[in-house]
Amino acid sequence: MADEPNKKIRIGWFSFSCCEDNVILFTELLNDHWQEWKKLFDFRHVRVLKTNNILDELDIAFIEGAIASEGHEAKLREIREKSKKLVAVGACAVIGMPAAQRNYFTEEQKQEIEFLTARFAALPKVLKVSDVVKVDAEVGGCPMDPNVFLKAVTGLVQEFQQVTK
Amino acid sequence: MHSFDLTLDRLTKLEGSASLEIRVKDNKVEHVHFKITEFKRFFTKALEGKPIIALPQLLSRICGTCSNAHIMASIEACERALGITPSAQTMRLRTLTMYGLNIRDHALHLYLFALPDMFGKDAFLDFDENDPIQHQLLHDAFEIKAAGNFLSILVAGRSVHAMYPTIGGFIHFPDAAGIEEVIKKLEAIRPAVLRLIKTFEDAQFHFERETVFVALVPKDRFGFINGIIRTSEGDAIPEEKFGEHLEHVVLPYSQGSAYKLEGKAFMVGALSRLNLAKDLLHPHTKESIGKTLDLFPSIDVYRNNLAQAIEILHSIDDGLDILRNEKIVSEPIIKGQNRDAEGVGVVEAPRGTLYHKVQLASNGIVTKGEVVVPTGQNQINIEEDIARLVEDIIEDVPKEKMGYEIEKLIRAYDPCMSCAAHFLKIKWV
Repeated sequence: MADEPNKKIRIGWFSFSCCEDNVILFTELLNDHWQEWKKLFDFRHVRVLKTNNILDELDIAFIEGAIASEGHEAKLREIREKSKKLVAVGACAVIGMPAAQRNYFTEEQKQEIEFLTARFAALPKVLKVSDVVKVDAEVGGCPMDPNVFLKAVTGLVQEFQQVTK
Repeated sequence: MHSFDLTLDRLTKLEGSASLEIRVKDNKVEHVHFKITEFKRFFTKALEGKPIIALPQLLSRICGTCSNAHIMASIEACERALGITPSAQTMRLRTLTMYGLNIRDHALHLYLFALPDMFGKDAFLDFDENDPIQHQLLHDAFEIKAAGNFLSILVAGRSVHAMYPTIGGFIHFPDAAGIEEVIKKLEAIRPAVLRLIKTFEDAQFHFERETVFVALVPKDRFGFINGIIRTSEGDAIPEEKFGEHLEHVVLPYSQGSAYKLEGKAFMVGALSRLNLAKDLLHPHTKESIGKTLDLFPSIDVYRNNLAQAIEILHSIDDGLDILRNEKIVSEPIIKGQNRDAEGVGVVEAPRGTLYHKVQLASNGIVTKGEVVVPTGQNQINIEEDIARLVEDIIEDVPKEKMGYEIEKLIRAYDPCMSCAAHFLKIKWV
């Protein structure tokens, strides 16, 4: 958040290779927190919530999912450059699994899927988020534990609020 | 005459990642490519060599939002392979699990994805709290979602990747205090659901095109777990034969698999269920919405939204019946017999018919599996609808506004790309 005390915290939510369970839990957390979060956050880039998304300067970027292509890598680097804090959310983002299960296939299994990974220019190995960029906080779990997520969010919000005091 | 290419890079307010490419020449659509751009995670390859007990939880990870439907379909397939007949109470708890899923998932789609289009807003959270109607909708949305979420947590452990349902039964049972609380919550949201039904009944978006509607239709009460697959052409297919009727269509531009049924495009989902089984809805649901049900059968894709809203009401009414009248006790898990066998499980996920097939070896290890998801079944129908829509509006709607009209129509299907991307065509010998 910039220097104006009343400015909302700009957040983004980005989903890479995963089942998007965490964004669903995020929409369930809205059930109890939507009034508070509406005042607190500028949902700058949250595709599940809105059509007109802007990726410019973010305070917090939440990343779910593993990184499966060069396109994913480039996008993640761009998000990192434009975000003050980056939080990896859920098992696929934090440890790569289960999205990275093809990394552990037998040679025979790998050969059987090769034509598909080649067709869509997938990376040879699926990566976790911290393989590509610096991560400021992690909320693990499959799905994420909503209470751990809330704790991480509260901590970051306090950090931003102190900066602006 | 118009000729142009139209590309929508990433569609919004739906589950997962998809894009669209359309080519128009002289007012005629040459092609529509609805591209599922999620990267494959190869679940149907990863399941090979896993012990069968691990399968439902693994396949749950195909999709966050439909995870509990995948668990139900996988458990059913595994139980059939193992020769297990679940208890009556297990079936009731699975029914409640599906009701919790449908309440929260349909509410997410209807309020957060579909309603902003009807009110000319970018996001549901942009609704004006000082406007009485929008204020009411905001509060209704999160109360309905919360009640569905609570029911899922009480019965199944979680609303996403539920831990309690397993092959042969449940490992945990709701207590009396929880049941009392969920009854109150479901009763409390009923008026909000009636308002939601009215909102979508009055909605002014319409798009009609003849197609084939397909759904798993139960014998007696409307539901999402058991039955026979019926089509609007009068065909009836037993669950275990469904895969034989599906024709896999390779779309080289999409990470998803597409399907035809007997060579034709078709539609699955709430609209199909209402078209084929509205008479089986709970009596209280039918009594409360009276003439609204006369709108079905319908060939209007936007009526899928109304059908979802009606399914929320049925899930509440039938769920309340079970919760009030059936005593839930602790039961042991029913064990099956490892053997060389195949099993098929078909359920109605929120977005339509979901098919799981598993092949088991006598040592309890899974040797093969197949999953066919609703969005794969709807894919070709969606493309055909878009082509018709574009030709219908080409003279009246400028190209820059056409993308929005198309996205709105796609949203009515409530597609789920996380589900759609992750399979390989399996050869069964």
